[in-house]
Amino acid sequence: MIELLAQTGQEAGELLDGLKAVGAGLGYGLAAIGPGVGIGLVVGHAIDAMARQPEMAGTVRTTMFLGIAFAEALALIGFVVFILLNFA
Amino acid sequence: MTVITGALDFPPVSHLLEWPDFLLKGSLLGINKVVLLTIMGAVLVVVFFWAAGRRQAVVPSGAQNLGEMAIEFVERDIVVNVMGPEAKHWTPFIASIFFFILALNLLGLVPVLQMPVNARMALPMYLALQTWLLMILVGFKHQGFKFIPNTLFPPGVPKALMPLLAFIELLSVFILRPFTLMVRLFANLMAGHMLLTTFYVLSSALFVKSVLVVALPLPVFMAIFVTAFELLVALLQAYIFSILTAVYISESMHGH
Repeated sequence: MIELLAQTGQEAGELLDGLKAVGAGLGYGLAAIGPGVGIGLVVGHAIDAMARQPEMAGTVRTTMFLGIAFAEALALIGFVVFILLNFA
Repeated sequence: MTVITGALDFPPVSHLLEWPDFLLKGSLLGINKVVLLTIMGAVLVVVFFWAAGRRQAVVPSGAQNLGEMAIEFVERDIVVNVMGPEAKHWTPFIASIFFFILALNLLGLVPVLQMPVNARMALPMYLALQTWLLMILVGFKHQGFKFIPNTLFPPGVPKALMPLLAFIELLSVFILRPFTLMVRLFANLMAGHMLLTTFYVLSSALFVKSVLVVALPLPVFMAIFVTAFELLVALLQAYIFSILTAVYISESMHGH
């Protein structure tokens, strides 16, 4: 009986680990969708602007990196959650 | 916790990122590979710019040429472009950050060394805290005690929205900014380090006397490709970190 209980406990622990891994993976995947679309929009419009006004390319590029940095922040938070769930 | 990938023996993450001390073992000042690489990076930057500025010829050549180009790039593309021409005296600081991070990232790709220091949380955290502190100090210096209300209450916003906006601004400016600055550098470098390890492990696992060897070119090619990609990431992350530092400091100087 005790052996059986111990075994169930171990299985439950393994299940918990597995669920953690699944949750971490899903969490990061979901967190990456929005920033992915956002960065696409930012870069696309920056290229539009650079093609229209090549003389402004420097300023546009700087602003583009800023926009990317802000959109990327959300994906980075997702990445941190992934690390915390998997390795902490 | 070991990560199981089929029959492969993928090392646990702690094996990739944690190094034992080899000097002053166990004390707070213990020196391991990461500390050594940090010092190496700093020394490399100092030696390079010392060599570049040792004999200042009117017509630059060799190291001086490269050094002048590098400093001019930082001054023109980062400092003047973001902070304006009146903030040129920030060039030495921004350039130090840029070249320090760049040197460390590049050392992470040199064979045998192969450990990006920024893949450990300590250095990105220090650099981000430094930027955060400077941002606040510069804000108080240029705007006085109006720095806080200027930052929290941007002009031209309906009164009803003010409390909500102040809360969001407080969170994004004083907490999220240094946090994302830190995590961006750390996450990019660590992800690259693990990606490289994955393909190296795969390559060495397929280096066998069996039919499986036909798949060997794939991970080898990917390892080379990812190394080239990491070169780009090394440059880009140094650039983004210094440009964001410049933006945050210049926002503190001018307000909204």
